[in-house]
Amino acid sequence: MAGSGRGRGRAAFTFDIGAIGFSKGAALPDVVCQPPPPFPSTDNKPVPLKTGEDEDYMLALKQDLRGTMKRMPYFLAVEEDCEAIERYSKKYSEKKHAVWTPDWRRLPREMKPRKKTKKAGAKPKKAKSSEPKSNLDVLKKIEELEKKDDEEEKSEDEKDKTKDKEGEDDDEAEEPEEYDEEEHEEENDYISSYFEDGDDFGAGSDDNMDEATY
Amino acid sequence: MTQAEIKLCSLLLHEHFGEIVEKIGTQLLRAGGQALRGIAGGTGLLLDQVKKALCVLIQHNLATFRPRRGGVEYEAQCGRILRILRYPRYIYTAKTLYGDTGELIVEELLLNGQLTMSAVVRKVADRLTETMEDGKTMDYADVSSTFVRLVDTHFVQRCPLVPEGPQSPEVPPPPAPTLLSSDKDMYTVPRLSLVGKGKRRRSCEEEDGEPRAKKQKQEGESSEHFRDQAIVSAVANRMDQTSSEIVRTMLRMSEVTTSSGAPYTQPLSSNEIFRSLPAGYNIVKQVLDQYLALLADDPLEFVGKSGDSGGGMYTVNLHKALVSLATATLESVVEERFGSRCARIFRLLLRKKHLEQKQVEDFAMIPAKEAKEMLYKMLSESFVSLQEIPKTPDHAPSRTFYLYTVNVPAAARMLLHRCYKSVANLMERRQFETKENKRLLEKSQRVEAILASMQATGAEPAQLQEIEEMITAPERQQLETLKRNVNKIDASENQVDETIFVLESFIESTVKRP
Repeated sequence: MAGSGRGRGRAAFTFDIGAIGFSKGAALPDVVCQPPPPFPSTDNKPVPLKTGEDEDYMLALKQDLRGTMKRMPYFLAVEEDCEAIERYSKKYSEKKHAVWTPDWRRLPREMKPRKKTKKAGAKPKKAKSSEPKSNLDVLKKIEELEKKDDEEEKSEDEKDKTKDKEGEDDDEAEEPEEYDEEEHEEENDYISSYFEDGDDFGAGSDDNMDEATY
Repeated sequence: MTQAEIKLCSLLLHEHFGEIVEKIGTQLLRAGGQALRGIAGGTGLLLDQVKKALCVLIQHNLATFRPRRGGVEYEAQCGRILRILRYPRYIYTAKTLYGDTGELIVEELLLNGQLTMSAVVRKVADRLTETMEDGKTMDYADVSSTFVRLVDTHFVQRCPLVPEGPQSPEVPPPPAPTLLSSDKDMYTVPRLSLVGKGKRRRSCEEEDGEPRAKKQKQEGESSEHFRDQAIVSAVANRMDQTSSEIVRTMLRMSEVTTSSGAPYTQPLSSNEIFRSLPAGYNIVKQVLDQYLALLADDPLEFVGKSGDSGGGMYTVNLHKALVSLATATLESVVEERFGSRCARIFRLLLRKKHLEQKQVEDFAMIPAKEAKEMLYKMLSESFVSLQEIPKTPDHAPSRTFYLYTVNVPAAARMLLHRCYKSVANLMERRQFETKENKRLLEKSQRVEAILASMQATGAEPAQLQEIEEMITAPERQQLETLKRNVNKIDASENQVDETIFVLESFIESTVKRP
């Protein structure tokens, strides 16, 4: 059968090659082995852009719009906090961004920032009243911490009490916690200042591994 | 949503709203409707940031929300984000139709997404007052009246209202967009407290007592306006100025009566058209009739005759006009990209619909080898497609007809996809160029700032000269080149957007057609 054998002579097609337009014996085009180049050279160059008053005005509008949008409060930029050196000019270049609050009635409830952060505004008012309290708390705690047994339980109780009293205020709970940690640290035998001045604790022992360590 | 569209949307969001909004927008586009937690998990951003970004997106009508299965689901609107490319055109159109006031109103609305009427009027009046001479101020009434006109022609639309009644535990269900009638109610004298349909917000207690409901920029009407513009300019190119004026008059008269997406306008009688022609055109009735007959007989079929009463009833075939515009775009793309011989083959296929290889060579009068090559080039770029017609049930290739054809909607979609890619590439290139020369740009900005401050405090020309010389001549050259390139790229983006508009309108009208 003509064209059915695989190894017989040239490759044959299952259809009439004349239908596509190749005459018998004509050279077939090259096989494509790789994707086309990303920036092929074009023989036909593109038509020049439209120019005119309208186009110029729209161009100016577009660039203006771009610039204005960057200054709007809707533009949320990622703030780069990692400043190695604080520059003097930064103080003068900081621009105040207008703050925008959306109309909460038109948005789902979960969009609204939680009450915690709202009361953050009320913190400075409470700071004054809370300070003497925290001092008292600290003094109380110093007494309590002398009794080693109930330390941690009582500090937790204090925390709970303050939370219940105010209903929020992470800061207030944090302050006694911080003091607690410091107190706790000083309680340990391994005080951090032990190895302060040039005592190279580990330096000498690496040389002689024969000696037993005590 | 194709990858190209998503890429373009993220570039647009990044440029106009920043990185955080871009990440969230992209996440919503990729993954569809999601709840707040899903978005935060997908993007890895803090919940606070996600909330802020969603607020921004919703404010600008780029995302919507709806209550769903014990929560709220958010979705991004891809088409709406791509409209950002068209903002300059909207503003310019408002300027040509409604003057500077209209331009500023539209600009403020586009910048802020949604605004109350009072806020818009106040801002625009302030801006206009700044540009006016000393002592003059812009009256709020003027701005309000322009605003009313914008709403009447549907360039500006009112946002959906929030019902005042008891709200569902999680989210206020937004009702359907308001009807025209309530827009008209809006413009009763502001001092009265507005009585609405029970869904109205209370009027705010401001001095001018403007109603508090929000307005947003309406896309649909502007698109129709652009479409009309395109049709009128096509007629002007094909025939002459007078016929384009006639078509413009017809379109203007049918603005309100035609629903969006209608394939043709309502029939207009020749007498009506004659009465509504603009004052400058004093042509006789017979001449008008001749023009109309010419337009109706034109093979492009922009205008059709639908009856004989009233001196002849004529309609504008909107769908057919869009088809012609899209086809013309395709033809010109083929011509510019492949050459005029390819364009000849393309036009031949459009006219004859289906042709075999041999017939193409004969009809186009192009040698076989070249015709073959051109057809395959167009086939590989999907401008042309193959249709198989088997002679036998076993579809044997030797006994099958292979016909070349042009599928216009498919080719239009392919071209639209390419347009999106081009705009994305243009934006990337522009951002790259700007980033490359960032140092130089910052330096020139600083020099300008110094110059401005020195001029304000009164400095000698010599000092100013010295400061200007801080930027050396080669740097100045570089800046010039950069500016030229960026302008060129921006202008290209605007122009590609025009093509996008034509193609999108065409695809939309083919989809809507019953």
